[in-house]
Amino acid sequence: MEPRRQQQEVVARAGAAFRSGRSRPLGFRLRQLRALERLVKEREAEIAAALHADLHKSECNAYSYEILGVLGEIALMVDKLPTWAAPQSVPKNIMTLTDEVYIHHEPLGVVLVIGAWNYPFVLIMQPLIGAIAAGNAVVIKPSEISANTAKLVAELIPQYLDKDLYPVINGGVTETTELLKERFDHIFYTGSSQVGKIVMEAAAKHLTPVTLELGGKSPCYIDKDCNLDIAARRVAWGKYLNCGQTCIAPDYILCDQSIQNKVVETIKKTLKEFHGEDIKKSPDYERIVNKHHFKRLVTLLEGQKIAYGGETDEATCFIAPTILTDVSPESKIMKEEIFGPLLPIVTVKSADEAIEFINQREKPLALYLFSNDKKLIKRMISETSSGGVTANDVIMHYTLLDLPFGGVGNSGMGNYHGRHSFETFSHRRSCLIKSLAMESVNKIRYPPNSQRKLDWAKFFFLKRFNKGRLGLIALALLGAILAAVIKVAYS
Amino acid sequence: MNPYVGLVSSLRAAWLTGKTRAAEHRVSQLEALRRFLDEKKQPILDAMASDMRKPPFEVELSEIIMVKNEVNYALNNLSNWMKDEGVDKNLVTQLDTAFIRKEPYGVVLIIGPWNYPLQLILVPLVGAIAAGNCVIIKPSEISSSTEKLLAETLPSYLDKDCFAVVTGGPAEMTQLLENKFDYIFFTGSPQVGKIVMAAAAKHLTPLTLELGGKNPCYVADESDLQNVASRLVWGRCLNAGQTCVAPDYVLCSAETQEKLLPALRHAITQFFGPEPRESPDFARIISDKQFQRIRALLGSGRVAIGGQTDERERYIAPTVLADVQPSDPAMQEEIFGPVLPIVTVPNVDEAIAFINRQERPLAMYVFASDSKLVRRVLERTSSGGFGANDTIMQMTLISLPFGGIGNSGLGLYHGKFSFDTFSHHRACLLRSMGLETINALRYPPYSERKKGLVLSTFGIKRKGTCTLL
Repeated sequence: MEPRRQQQEVVARAGAAFRSGRSRPLGFRLRQLRALERLVKEREAEIAAALHADLHKSECNAYSYEILGVLGEIALMVDKLPTWAAPQSVPKNIMTLTDEVYIHHEPLGVVLVIGAWNYPFVLIMQPLIGAIAAGNAVVIKPSEISANTAKLVAELIPQYLDKDLYPVINGGVTETTELLKERFDHIFYTGSSQVGKIVMEAAAKHLTPVTLELGGKSPCYIDKDCNLDIAARRVAWGKYLNCGQTCIAPDYILCDQSIQNKVVETIKKTLKEFHGEDIKKSPDYERIVNKHHFKRLVTLLEGQKIAYGGETDEATCFIAPTILTDVSPESKIMKEEIFGPLLPIVTVKSADEAIEFINQREKPLALYLFSNDKKLIKRMISETSSGGVTANDVIMHYTLLDLPFGGVGNSGMGNYHGRHSFETFSHRRSCLIKSLAMESVNKIRYPPNSQRKLDWAKFFFLKRFNKGRLGLIALALLGAILAAVIKVAYS
Repeated sequence: MNPYVGLVSSLRAAWLTGKTRAAEHRVSQLEALRRFLDEKKQPILDAMASDMRKPPFEVELSEIIMVKNEVNYALNNLSNWMKDEGVDKNLVTQLDTAFIRKEPYGVVLIIGPWNYPLQLILVPLVGAIAAGNCVIIKPSEISSSTEKLLAETLPSYLDKDCFAVVTGGPAEMTQLLENKFDYIFFTGSPQVGKIVMAAAAKHLTPLTLELGGKNPCYVADESDLQNVASRLVWGRCLNAGQTCVAPDYVLCSAETQEKLLPALRHAITQFFGPEPRESPDFARIISDKQFQRIRALLGSGRVAIGGQTDERERYIAPTVLADVQPSDPAMQEEIFGPVLPIVTVPNVDEAIAFINRQERPLAMYVFASDSKLVRRVLERTSSGGFGANDTIMQMTLISLPFGGIGNSGLGLYHGKFSFDTFSHHRACLLRSMGLETINALRYPPYSERKKGLVLSTFGIKRKGTCTLL
């Protein structure tokens, strides 16, 4: 069958499965989440093998940065879902005192999750967990660039989860473009800003809400007043993790000229501790995902002052951890998200200059700053904008599931993780349940109107500024008395 | 050259000075807005009367008071809303500070519709100001008297560097949308909503779309239908039916239709007298175009009540169409007029099936004394909001979020939801430079021993989140 038609059928089947209502009951959602947990635990070795094949990711890295995150998210979801999915009561006013007023969390319908290639397992699983928890059907589209993981996901998901509700569709740019023509009830996309625009434009045709987890150049400011040893060590860890292919990696460093050399030396020392003398032999260092990105990164090195590293090997897509000093803000490497193990240092004379530098550019996904001066940290945060911030470390804000993870401006819109995932994939439906009786209070709003009726109505409807909260009992009493008075006046 | 480039740049420059971020500035602007509502009350009443003969009672309640409530609610709660929100931490971050910062987006565009031309542009404005943004508001040119009033008088109350009013029609709006905004809030039709979202996509601008649809109203077989009729007529005839959350059509059994008609007739007469055209409490249709569109729908089913029209006044009588078929013109578009079609269905399950075959509406109503039946409809359908045994009221409660789903919109607002809508929720983690030994667990080289330690510290337990990473 022609691929487009096949896709349409898969999406239609997911829609029909959703409309059957079976993904809504809490019990069903919890069972699917537990099945997903079993998938991860039972097939851990295969997952790690796929990640190794795609990115030369070591088993320990695969576990720490992909599998653990998924298990943590599932555990949190299973624990909290009953609370989050329950109707949420809200404060009432005099008019609605005897009514039921609450917010009803409901699934959106059929959600499309498009994954990325750099953390190909967790970036598909984490949104999937949220979408399932919220009661949706989910069409899963892993990135074709991390082909082994994509293939594995397509094999494993149907073995553990409901086959109609959670189909996996694989394919490249053509297939994804066709898939985006279908109508979904939410699209969750992780990837580049460029493609993010294409996704949102496709979504606009159907008025489909989107969550876009994009990227940018996450700046890392290192103040003169800080523990440089620790700062450099943490930066080295975060920058070269996954061979630099992390959306929230510190992209470039901003620091004073006077500490530039020390930063370089400390990172050098740290890398030797991490990976030994010959990093090529280290099992813990990944590779660039493919030749295209390898070549792109090599081009960025042109004309730069390499203070450390710079070795490359095209056959294995190996690029050594590299540090560039005195980088010009106008150079190519400062114009695009690096997404590789190249660390440019741009010198600035002060924190203010750093703030100005950051604000002249697109809002990044993450902002990092190292300083002993708490006031400076507070000021830098309040005078800049970014998806998230970690001060005195890198990456770590991603790991707290209670923090919303997402971008702003060019780095994205919407957020997820934990409760935020549940909210992202839910519709908050306002419910007001009244009784058919008690018509007297309603009468003040019906025509024919009069000044007297208006005065009564204003009393009931107008919220006053700064009045202390009336006790609920007093309010009820007041409401009852007024209802009786109005009944007499207007019956 | 785009005519709005200068305006947007100057607002952006004002934004970059940071002055709208300060709590004092936000409070002063909100208080100024309240003064505008108090001091300009008569001009507001006059403008609405001129635009659609909106009765003063309705202007006071559904326009002025709705905005005032939002202003007062924001002023009462602003300092709480602006506070950093604490979050749960994990083992490794126990000694760190973790919180969500609510930050303004920057320069916001708010586009308003013509039916509640004050409320539907000023309530979002309250949220945008409370959240610390600079704002351009673009009222609808169709409610031209209110547009003129806003353009001429509102700017003198607000900080002119940070807030501007832009007037014009579709051409002007298209040009305005070519500029980059940091957030767009649009109220209007789904058709134009798509255009707005496509324009927003070019700049990756987040947005909220408050759109519309056909709001179904299921009436169960009840013994006494008079209260049902009153609440239905009130909801349908408010603003001469030009309300996005008005009950658009009724679904009920044939028997109930027969019982409902006299009750509806009684309610209409009670509210508007025997000749509604003479009642001061009944509005008019906003424009000739809308009038002709609604009049064309009157051929659907049979006119059981009303049906009179007067082109000069753009008057359409409170009308009930009985025995309407799903294929009739009145069932193909949002009515947005004082015309209530009744479509008969054998039972509630058929009603649910019918509703689920249509686009998801902004609101849904059920009239039934059986709470189980109400529950059943709620759980087997989807809509922006839901009301049982009344119409419209769910959107007047400031503690409930107001928004659509699917074709009826995306995003929501009112009260705190407005503040959150116009804020970027920025995750912040402030760590200390100490305790590096714990961090050592995450650094290479990885050894079996370290992995064992990591695993035991991570120990994903079901209860509580014991995650290190």
